[in-house]
Amino acid sequence: MATEFHNLQELRQSASLVTKVFVQRDYSEGTICRFQNKFPSELDNRIERTLLEETVKTLNSYYVEAEKIGGQSYLEGCLACATAYIVFLCLETRYEKVLKKISGYIQEQNEKIYAPRGLLLTDPVERGMRVLEISVFEDRGSGSSSPSSSMSSTGGSAR
Amino acid sequence: MHHAALDQQHHSHDQSGQYDHICTRSSGAAEPSFPGQRSRNPRRKWQLFPGRNRFYCDGRIMMARQTGVFYLTLVLILLTSGLFFTFDCPFLASNLTPAIPAVGGVLFVFVMGMLLRASFTDPGVLPRATPDEAADLERQIDSAGCSRPPPRTREVLINGQTVKLKYCFTCKMFRPPRASHCSLCDNCVERFDHHCPWVGNCVGRRNYRFFYLFILSLSFLTIFIFSFVITHVIIRSNRTGFLSALKDSPASVLEVVVCFFSVWSIVGLSGFHTYLISSNQTTNEDIKGSWSTKRGKDNYNPYSYGNILTNCCAALCGPLPPSLIDRRGLIQSDTPQTVSQSNQSNQSNGTSQHHSHMCDQDQCLQSTKSVLQAAAPLLHSAPVVLAPLPVKTTSLGGPCAYLAPSQPSLPSCGGDVLTLRDAAADSHCHHHLHHHHHHHRRHFVSPEETPCSTPLGALPCPAHLHLHPHLQGPAPPALYDPASQDALHEDSVRGLVKLSSV
Repeated sequence: MATEFHNLQELRQSASLVTKVFVQRDYSEGTICRFQNKFPSELDNRIERTLLEETVKTLNSYYVEAEKIGGQSYLEGCLACATAYIVFLCLETRYEKVLKKISGYIQEQNEKIYAPRGLLLTDPVERGMRVLEISVFEDRGSGSSSPSSSMSSTGGSAR
Repeated sequence: MHHAALDQQHHSHDQSGQYDHICTRSSGAAEPSFPGQRSRNPRRKWQLFPGRNRFYCDGRIMMARQTGVFYLTLVLILLTSGLFFTFDCPFLASNLTPAIPAVGGVLFVFVMGMLLRASFTDPGVLPRATPDEAADLERQIDSAGCSRPPPRTREVLINGQTVKLKYCFTCKMFRPPRASHCSLCDNCVERFDHHCPWVGNCVGRRNYRFFYLFILSLSFLTIFIFSFVITHVIIRSNRTGFLSALKDSPASVLEVVVCFFSVWSIVGLSGFHTYLISSNQTTNEDIKGSWSTKRGKDNYNPYSYGNILTNCCAALCGPLPPSLIDRRGLIQSDTPQTVSQSNQSNQSNGTSQHHSHMCDQDQCLQSTKSVLQAAAPLLHSAPVVLAPLPVKTTSLGGPCAYLAPSQPSLPSCGGDVLTLRDAAADSHCHHHLHHHHHHHRRHFVSPEETPCSTPLGALPCPAHLHLHPHLQGPAPPALYDPASQDALHEDSVRGLVKLSSV
């Protein structure tokens, strides 16, 4: 596994994007936000399966926490209704708090796990919660240009 | 070309890939409130928003395009309440109790707050897919299907019930369950309920509770004003006689009239939405009968929590997700410029040029495309086409014309989902085209001639008027033969009668 990129900055500024891989939403539990735990085949030689699955599982648990309907959310809802929702001008909703936690988590994962492997996760919130976008950057290390070039050629022909 | 140049400029500024394929012409047609800013580089994302929404206060407020009926709602509420507080309350406060204006005041403030919140909030618009996502999806769809037309639906098992996810051609993504595309606003909205002209916005996941609380509190306010104005008039007439009581407070008559006519529809609507909330359905699903047992014995609502209380609490006190479209975000360029990036940008410039070319043919082409898409399977998805004809939509009876979105089949005459056979529909459509084209040349008489009983039934006809300019290419000159005109006319009227009687 190439360990060319030692920090996120370097990745963002000087790397060349090969392709983007998308992890789609999993709607089997209804409308709750959940991402599929299917490992995309394009990342086979870039990252270990378990690492990505762990990331997706943690993200899913965060979203479950955000959308949980229970005591705290009822309290928040009733308080907000009683104040004609003016309270939301000052306070942050629980959902927003969890989303902040999620973006912190993604940043941390990018720095520790994905950037060293030439990958970059994009927070799903920036893609309208539709997909978890994984940008694949050029793997300059082991000289294994064939998989990346084949990926870029398929990417090019699809467009 | 000017627009292509603008697009390229926007693309070079916006490398994050969010809205770089959006044509400025289409967002310009959405008439923002600050047209002067359009000539400069847009700073915030709402200025490049692809849907047909209007933004105010630099992106803080978001509404639908047609807001005329919303102002009517405002005027009615403000006028009636104003008259109540000015003319009836002093009398009632001094003769009965000052609690009456106090409670009335609280109710009024709550109603206005909920109305403004429902109108100005983002209903849960799903941002359109980025070009990379769209390309990836297309690749998946094309590679999956071996048959010639690639499948544009996905089936998902939710709580044991099979739900079909449809592909939205405008937003280039598979819609989440319960989401729907609003043709008036040209957006996919999460948990789409309906587009409410009285509120001037779609009602979706993020503003459904505000809408519900609005109509609930408005019914209380209406009943409150109605009953206390009547009380006022009765007390006065006990003292001075009925006619002089009316002369002393003429405003009361107006208030009683307004309240009387609104109370039925508003209370009815509140009751209907209370039923929807308790069964965790949307108006859209209820109208289409998605979860009714008529469709199948095993058909049930997979989203319902089982008991009424949980359903109500989930709808009203559940978590409120933040807006996904980031209206006030600043547009920035941040990704690196390298060889493969510029290849990508060339590709996207190609698509953006294509988009700008599309936009050059103006809104007309977009709406025609949506009409053709909608009209192709079933005839009566026509109400959707009325986006360019706002007057017709608002003349529908009832407080909320439930304008269901385009792609699914819609109710027409009779209220049940029509299942016209395509052949029959095509033949009627054909007749209508000839018939209306001819009348279109002479005078706009056709809409009135349709013998459809329900108001919704009258809608297909303007749609056909709209279809004409684009489908009349190969029209034979024999159409204008006056002798055959009568036969055609009779034929199409018969066709319309058949259509309405289904």
